[in-house]
Amino acid sequence: MSKKIGRGNSQTQATRRWAWLFLGPVVAAFTIGFVWPFIQGIYLSFCKFRITSDATLVGISNYQAALADPSFQHSFWYTSATAVVSLVLINVFAFAVAYALTQGIRGSNLYRTVFFMPNLIGGIVLGYIWSMIFDGILSHYDTSILLETKYGFWGLIILMCWQQIGYMMIIYIAGLQAVPEDMIEAAKIDGATKWQTLFRVIIPNVMPSITICTFLSLTNGFKLFDQNLALTGGLPYLIQPDGSTINTTEMLALNIYNTFYNSSTAARGTAQAKAVIFFVLVAGLGLAQLAYTRKREVQQ
Amino acid sequence: MASNNITRRSFLGAAGIAALTLAACGGAGGSGEGGSDAAAGKVYWLNFKPELDETLQTIKDMYKEAKGIEPKIVTAASGTYSQTLTSEMDKTDAPTMFVIGNAAGVKEWGDFALDLKGTAIESELNTDAYNLYDESGKLVSMGYCYECYGIVANADLIAKAGHDIADIKDFASLEAVATDIHSRASELGFDAFVATDMDDSSSWRVTGHLANLDYFYEERDDGGWDECPATIKGTYVENYKKLYDLAINNSTVEPKTLATGGHDPAQQFKDGKACFFFTGSWDYADLAAAQPNIHMLPYYCGVDGEEKAGLNCGTENCWAVNANASEADQQATIDFMVWLVTDPDASALLVEQLGIMPYNNAAESTNGFLNDAADYTSNGCYVMDWATNYQPNVDDYRAALVSALNAYNANPSDKTWADVRTAFVDGWATQYKKANA
Repeated sequence: MSKKIGRGNSQTQATRRWAWLFLGPVVAAFTIGFVWPFIQGIYLSFCKFRITSDATLVGISNYQAALADPSFQHSFWYTSATAVVSLVLINVFAFAVAYALTQGIRGSNLYRTVFFMPNLIGGIVLGYIWSMIFDGILSHYDTSILLETKYGFWGLIILMCWQQIGYMMIIYIAGLQAVPEDMIEAAKIDGATKWQTLFRVIIPNVMPSITICTFLSLTNGFKLFDQNLALTGGLPYLIQPDGSTINTTEMLALNIYNTFYNSSTAARGTAQAKAVIFFVLVAGLGLAQLAYTRKREVQQ
Repeated sequence: MASNNITRRSFLGAAGIAALTLAACGGAGGSGEGGSDAAAGKVYWLNFKPELDETLQTIKDMYKEAKGIEPKIVTAASGTYSQTLTSEMDKTDAPTMFVIGNAAGVKEWGDFALDLKGTAIESELNTDAYNLYDESGKLVSMGYCYECYGIVANADLIAKAGHDIADIKDFASLEAVATDIHSRASELGFDAFVATDMDDSSSWRVTGHLANLDYFYEERDDGGWDECPATIKGTYVENYKKLYDLAINNSTVEPKTLATGGHDPAQQFKDGKACFFFTGSWDYADLAAAQPNIHMLPYYCGVDGEEKAGLNCGTENCWAVNANASEADQQATIDFMVWLVTDPDASALLVEQLGIMPYNNAAESTNGFLNDAADYTSNGCYVMDWATNYQPNVDDYRAALVSALNAYNANPSDKTWADVRTAFVDGWATQYKKANA
């Protein structure tokens, strides 16, 4: 007994002594790959710079320029609309598919694989493939996805649904399979209908999955870049009377990117400020949504 | 060689105990490079033309054989030069030689460029026409080749339709030939213009090159531009419209399908499906292999006195030397540049790819379109220089023009053209303000 405790102690001591060796690589990689660039990014948002190693502080003027930029405001509202619509559609469909595929239909495994596969294709490739599909259809009506904002919007929604439903479905399937059989059986014995069972028993039990899926699809929606770039690249533009443009299908990330590679030296700082605002926004939204749905989870 | 081994070994070590050796790895790499090569000086060329990369890799080996120094030549992936340059310039081992190709580039990267006045490479030049200076008069970059663009025409097909390419001398004669061919396209088996696609792979033909006809004539009216003007008047936008309309309305495809693109205009031209194609001298070898009797015509657009117009000649291929590189590296880079334009084999290889190199001892050009350009000049025609290079905030400016032209192609009307004009003229002023904020 005492020997065991002794060994336990020495093991704890050894763990303590060598912890840095095991934590070190991760901490270092995290610092180099995330913490440091993040701090530098915040610093640069207060600077005027062309290359990052040669920056001069200019105060908050970058933030003023970013917030005053109408294209940034437009991209914010456009991104919000895309994120909300895709959030709802993706989760409703993913849950429906997951529910259907846990009912013991023949070939469920095949369907699961098939639905999951779109996830394995990169965003840029998907964007180009879908632009060809949409244009293939729209060309019969003498138009193109690049000509109408609404085509661009719904095109992107369809693309996102197609890509993400399978992924969310997997998470929902795992959640559905964890719902205790006896609970469903008890509901059945108590005379609950199928719908009652679904809304009163199953959904409350898969709340953790709903939390994670809504979090993922909300942040995915806000951070979307590749698909947006490849599908429409912000086209069509509204040409303003002063010759400036509002890129009607440009989302936040693409707006930041386009600002950064503008040829004015001031633009890089502005883009950096936009990126910081963007981070605060996505992080804030994600956390708020997480806190809200967490409250609705049932503890088993 | 030895320093390579050390770097690699320390790198492998880094993989094992990342936290401890990452710093050491960086240190070893840095000191190794500093030690052995400092005396000779390094050459690092960041090239922006993907189609040139293969040739440059051959040239790299040739230089190593001739001088014992291996220049590092990196090509930025298509359309990513600006991004690549931004990140490469931040490194300790930054490019010693890079490209500043237009007025916007001078504004953006001029501070990083060595004044090339009085250098050995400057004395090799045979013209000052393709050099770029900043406001203080510093020679920021110098053209290493020039190119020309215009309307490429297939003389054989034009003859087959019963016309003669030599009769095309202005917009009216071009229009007569193009509309006649288009009206008989099904009988002839070919059309007047290839598809003027507006996707990224092709839209520059009209938003960059064709637009030059307005800028050039405006510049001429103004008595020449020394720097990017804050505003333009759009005096010749209607001429731009004339030639643009001619091209899209007498073409192998319907204007409505141009936004999506994907018609591969170069292939259409090579397959003999149409007689006219907006492109430049860089396509000569490719096009001439398929269609032997091809020539380049000026942008005839209905401007007074255009019978005397020549081709659009200029360049975006301009070398700059990194002002922040060590003196030894700068010297090595200039030596390399001089070798490129004087060595008969190397310059012949480059000329084949690039067109004409404006240096006294460079190889002669074999490019038919550039020979056309020279013919126009010797016949007393004026060269339309590349005023397009002044386009402020060029990517945004052109993207807006693409969007407006897409809307016009889908629904040609005065209203949609008004937006094209706004993007063309007011867009210039807006982007100028943005670029100079």
